[in-house]
Amino acid sequence: MEDAITIYVEQENGERVPVEAPTDMGLSVMEILKASEYDIPAICGGMAICATCHVEVLESGELPEPSDDEAFMLESLPHATENSRLSCQLRIGPALEGLVVRLKPEA
Amino acid sequence: MCTCSRGAVSSRSTSKIQYNMIQTDICIVGAGPVGLFAVFEAGLLKMRCHVVDALPAVGGQLTEIYPKKPIYDIPGFPEVLAGDLVKNLEKQIAPFHPTFTLGERVEELQKQEDGSFIVITSEGTEIACKVVVIAGGLGSFEPRKPAIENLEHFEGRGVTYMVRDPELFRSKKLVIAGGGDSALDWTIYLSGLAEELTLVHRGTTFRGAPESAEKVLTLAEEGKIKLLLKSNVVTVQGNGKLNAVSIAVDNQEHYNLETDYLIPLFGLVPKLGPLENWGLELDKNAIVVNTLDYSTNIPGIYAIGDINTYPGKLKLILCGFHEAALMAQSAYNIINPGKKYVLKYTTVNGIQEL
Repeated sequence: MEDAITIYVEQENGERVPVEAPTDMGLSVMEILKASEYDIPAICGGMAICATCHVEVLESGELPEPSDDEAFMLESLPHATENSRLSCQLRIGPALEGLVVRLKPEA
Repeated sequence: MCTCSRGAVSSRSTSKIQYNMIQTDICIVGAGPVGLFAVFEAGLLKMRCHVVDALPAVGGQLTEIYPKKPIYDIPGFPEVLAGDLVKNLEKQIAPFHPTFTLGERVEELQKQEDGSFIVITSEGTEIACKVVVIAGGLGSFEPRKPAIENLEHFEGRGVTYMVRDPELFRSKKLVIAGGGDSALDWTIYLSGLAEELTLVHRGTTFRGAPESAEKVLTLAEEGKIKLLLKSNVVTVQGNGKLNAVSIAVDNQEHYNLETDYLIPLFGLVPKLGPLENWGLELDKNAIVVNTLDYSTNIPGIYAIGDINTYPGKLKLILCGFHEAALMAQSAYNIINPGKKYVLKYTTVNGIQEL
């Protein structure tokens, strides 16, 4: 597909399931995951205030630095890792091609 | 104290409404934009409303989280600041003189024999009403709990997520977990009281207020607190009451630390809270409603706005407004049995003050 990238969601068994993501709709990774029926509450809808869209980035190219809001939220999470991101703050674009994430259950 | 019915729908054998109770037609749970607009739609039909919210001010997330953000999808407003929308809604509902209980969370719902309800808040305020409308948005903000096995077993027995009375910790051994502002602030404050205080932080730096971070580092250098970076509390131990935690540094060595209290401070996360135990049909943390009138599975209880779910649900303020209007005409039939509902236009009738 043109104007689309593929990102992958690593399942508990290690399998990496591809998800097609259009780059021309201004979507976030959270929105794509939600649309693909992944169990990701994203309660606040993308304002970086609930952290219920928390993912761990397993593989990626260079990602944009987290904003202050996102960094602050990640820091306050008990189970975050160095590679944690809020998927609502990752905008789908060519830079995310091949991104591999693991969903982090809500704390 | 009877705790048997806390957070649950319970029936009273007699329908007794006390004098000091607030009495109203509709009790609206949640003072966000949709809850406020529900007052307007109810008011047009001459139904009185009392609004309860856990936050100290009306407006919900619009006031609490993004008062200065512009909203672009309110019909008739090309652009409106969230805070201004709330102010306008307050003005719009003023003629209907709603009453409010703010800063108190709704805890318990009692169904009366006559089909009416008594809503009870965290502070014990009681509201007698014929209809309950849940407009709770994201829910109420509750402490985020770290995933530690048996943690809940020690809640109130050494594990606490909030510092209510600092004196409780005087001359005690404390472990505070977290790296945000509240973890820093309470570390500084309690370091003056506690016998021994350990701050356990997952990261290597603090993003909180720089002065607080500096102060914590100084306290650690002076030996007044113990600061463990790149560390996590992994287990809690004790016999009935907490007496030790184990800590993993850099996900490796575990060591035990004797302590009287563990205070995890990891911020707040929105949760449904006590509403979860009311017997409402839920789907992924949202209340399932019938789109005919946004009624729930419990007669007399409606859910509108972000807190409800149905096929095609959109979490938009404007959808919540629509839901409020349909809810009101249905609630009218409960509050005025036998009377026929007739749609009246404000252009024809204006606003009749209540």
